[in-house]
Amino acid sequence: MNVENPLPRPRFGSALSALRGGTGTVSVLLVLIFVVIATQNPSFFEGPPLMAFAKKAAPLVILAIGQYLVIVSGEFDLSVGSLVGAQVVIAARLIDGDEAMTFPVIGVMLLFGLLVGLVNGLVTTLLKVPSIITTLGTMLILFGAVRYWTGGAPTGALSENFRVFGRHGLDGVPGLGQLPWALVVAAVLTVGAILLMRSPYGRSLMATGDNDTAAAFSGVRVGRVRTLAFVGSALMATVAAVLIGGFAGVTAQVGQGLEFTAITAVVLGGVVLGGGRGTVVAAALGALTVEALFTLFNQLYLPSTIQPTAQGLIIVAAVAYASRRTDPRPPKRRPRRRPDHPNERPLDSSRR
Amino acid sequence: MITEPLLRMTGIGKSFLGVRVLHDVDLDLYAGELHALVGENGAGKSTLMKVLAGVHRPDDGRIELDGTEVSFEHPLRAQRAGVSTVFQEFNLLPERTVAQNVFLGRETRTRGMVDERAMENATAALLDDLGLEGVSPRSKVRHLSVAEQQVVEIVKALSHDARVISMDEPTAALADHEVEVLYRIIARLRERGVGILYVSHRLKEIFDLADTITVLKDGHRVDTVAAADTRPAELVRKMVGRPISSVFPDPLEPHGDRVGEVRLSVSGGGNTRLDGIELRVHGGEIVGLAGLQGSGRTEIAHALFGVDRFTRGEVHVDGRRVDPRSPRQAVRAGLALVTEDRKAQGLLLEQSVLANARLVLDAVLPFGSGRRARRIPGLLSSLELVARGGHGQEVRYLSGGNQQKVVLAKWLATDPSVMVLDEPTRGIDVGAKQAVYTLMRELAAAGVAIVLISSELPELLGMSDRLIVLDDGRIAGELPGDAGEEDVMALATGASSPRHEEAAP
Repeated sequence: MNVENPLPRPRFGSALSALRGGTGTVSVLLVLIFVVIATQNPSFFEGPPLMAFAKKAAPLVILAIGQYLVIVSGEFDLSVGSLVGAQVVIAARLIDGDEAMTFPVIGVMLLFGLLVGLVNGLVTTLLKVPSIITTLGTMLILFGAVRYWTGGAPTGALSENFRVFGRHGLDGVPGLGQLPWALVVAAVLTVGAILLMRSPYGRSLMATGDNDTAAAFSGVRVGRVRTLAFVGSALMATVAAVLIGGFAGVTAQVGQGLEFTAITAVVLGGVVLGGGRGTVVAAALGALTVEALFTLFNQLYLPSTIQPTAQGLIIVAAVAYASRRTDPRPPKRRPRRRPDHPNERPLDSSRR
Repeated sequence: MITEPLLRMTGIGKSFLGVRVLHDVDLDLYAGELHALVGENGAGKSTLMKVLAGVHRPDDGRIELDGTEVSFEHPLRAQRAGVSTVFQEFNLLPERTVAQNVFLGRETRTRGMVDERAMENATAALLDDLGLEGVSPRSKVRHLSVAEQQVVEIVKALSHDARVISMDEPTAALADHEVEVLYRIIARLRERGVGILYVSHRLKEIFDLADTITVLKDGHRVDTVAAADTRPAELVRKMVGRPISSVFPDPLEPHGDRVGEVRLSVSGGGNTRLDGIELRVHGGEIVGLAGLQGSGRTEIAHALFGVDRFTRGEVHVDGRRVDPRSPRQAVRAGLALVTEDRKAQGLLLEQSVLANARLVLDAVLPFGSGRRARRIPGLLSSLELVARGGHGQEVRYLSGGNQQKVVLAKWLATDPSVMVLDEPTRGIDVGAKQAVYTLMRELAAAGVAIVLISSELPELLGMSDRLIVLDDGRIAGELPGDAGEEDVMALATGASSPRHEEAAP
């Protein structure tokens, strides 16, 4: 066994654990894609084009962080794409071009996001509906409700103030031209998420994803911790909706398929499905990598319709790579979902 | 009986991962006979049954059925040969009917279609034959009681024309009146000439039913006797007769403030599995909970810890009434539980040593958890944790003993008033065992009240100041720490009435 699975020696311990988190692999991948982009378009790394890339990538980074919180706790959130779409449509309808309504409506969006996250979390943890089903339901409900409400075509308009976040930035930064607000927001949220994962809550979240029975025996309120992760994901989707709405405007298709792009990004970052592994930085780098790949496709004049196919390939390849790399033990940790003690009542756990 | 045995097992040996669990075991079973297999937990009874059932292949020895050697590579081969096993956990499909379960995998067919009617009739005939008209072949197994499910298992065995049926603790899940039904079925089976191999911890049943008794201990056959020629006390002596081999550290000089105070008390505690639990543990004391598997030892730990809480009675910790409804509340009340199943319930295998060790602090006392967690490296080194990757090493790469030290550190970090240790030395090496024992002595000396649950009698007797023996969810008696293994086994198996009443509070 030791041949296949050498124990990390103290000297290399930290380097290896960074690699195991997936940060190493995804960084290498990102650099490779950037190099290819640079050969196609040498001016890419001059300030303005790079900032344009960052502006475009920021919403995905934010969605990936939200998805990371849910995945690391051992669940899924498929509702974020529909939620982004719903939020943009709500914003357009309620603001309807009135500048004064901008901030009140952003407040309403945050409340709506909070509600959607709470529903996802409570249905998953209290009603014991597997999250993949819960959030699939939420996704369809939001999708249908928005179409019903708008009669198929979104009405109203966003205000200029609303669109500032997704479109504009801090002008006159030397070397970059403009520092997009979207990048600032994404950076702040990334740092915030890193700190969150170091807090007692973040540690409890990670513990829940690794082994919810052991976590519950250690006093973790598993249901509550998971519900908060869903709330976090929905709030991140709300922020992403503000940026996307500002950047791209209001269409009936906005947000479509974003949940899968976010999951692809997280998985590419080496965050293992099933929970308990991976870092915020890796998830954010995964999002950048996916976005860089799409940029590369553009440069190669590949039609954007090919993107879902690429995502599909990435997601399967990334998970296959991760399960080969992370664990040579044969039947990976399945047994502990069914404790071998027949009398064992699963603790406060939403998994069965 | 002068006839040839129906089943003869000779020289059966079996090892798992280099650990020998059966040594050269012989066993003869005659038609119409009930042969009981007794021994302590881990004596090899279940392994022997699984060898017979074709679940495990023996390393040595031969099995003969009616004088011909057979080899069961697969449970199906054993069933076809007429050897059926009723395991403790039933292998029934809850959403299928009784008849469908009985004929699972070999359904009766008419013109290529499954003939439900024929299967139901055949099942009804078998049920009638056992005098059990009450069970309908058409009811879903999910709707049956545990006893009825067991009947279905037996019928399933009979439908294979079984000549040998082995039963692993068949009464473990049954109520008293259901045991009567089982007794009747067993009598019918014997009339039909079926040989029955019967594993049970309950000596009463064994003396009620058995013709012959084989005693196993540590994988060896100690003796085979006729039930009529032996008495319960003698049997118990044969089951436990081994020297206490491990060395247990002596109690230390107590120095804690709360030594001698009652730190944990349970009065009249009960729930669906437990009844009338009285427990009083003082600071500085180690109280052992003894009993067979399923007697309620772990259930008490879980009740105290709010997992399956006491629905009756009162629990006090340090004089305060507590009623924990979750582990979190139990931790806040000052309890700690080292769980029985280390990997499933105790550890986050893919997280670091440090993340595991500070989990309870993070989860239960999030404010200031960073400050409290500063003690953890010291705790880990005082437990002599060996982790080649340091405290950042993932726990899954550690040995069992070192994993257990991480679990202990996790609980020590909370400064518990009462520490419950459920099988704390299971599956760990001798050195780590010593570390656990020493730690228990140190904690006791510091005034912590300790409850020790263990299946290892020598360990319980070597470490405990007092022993509470459980049987079937109730307290069967209390023994002083210097009691003998036989006294414990006698109480745990219900072989005699308690002889140490005067030791009770």
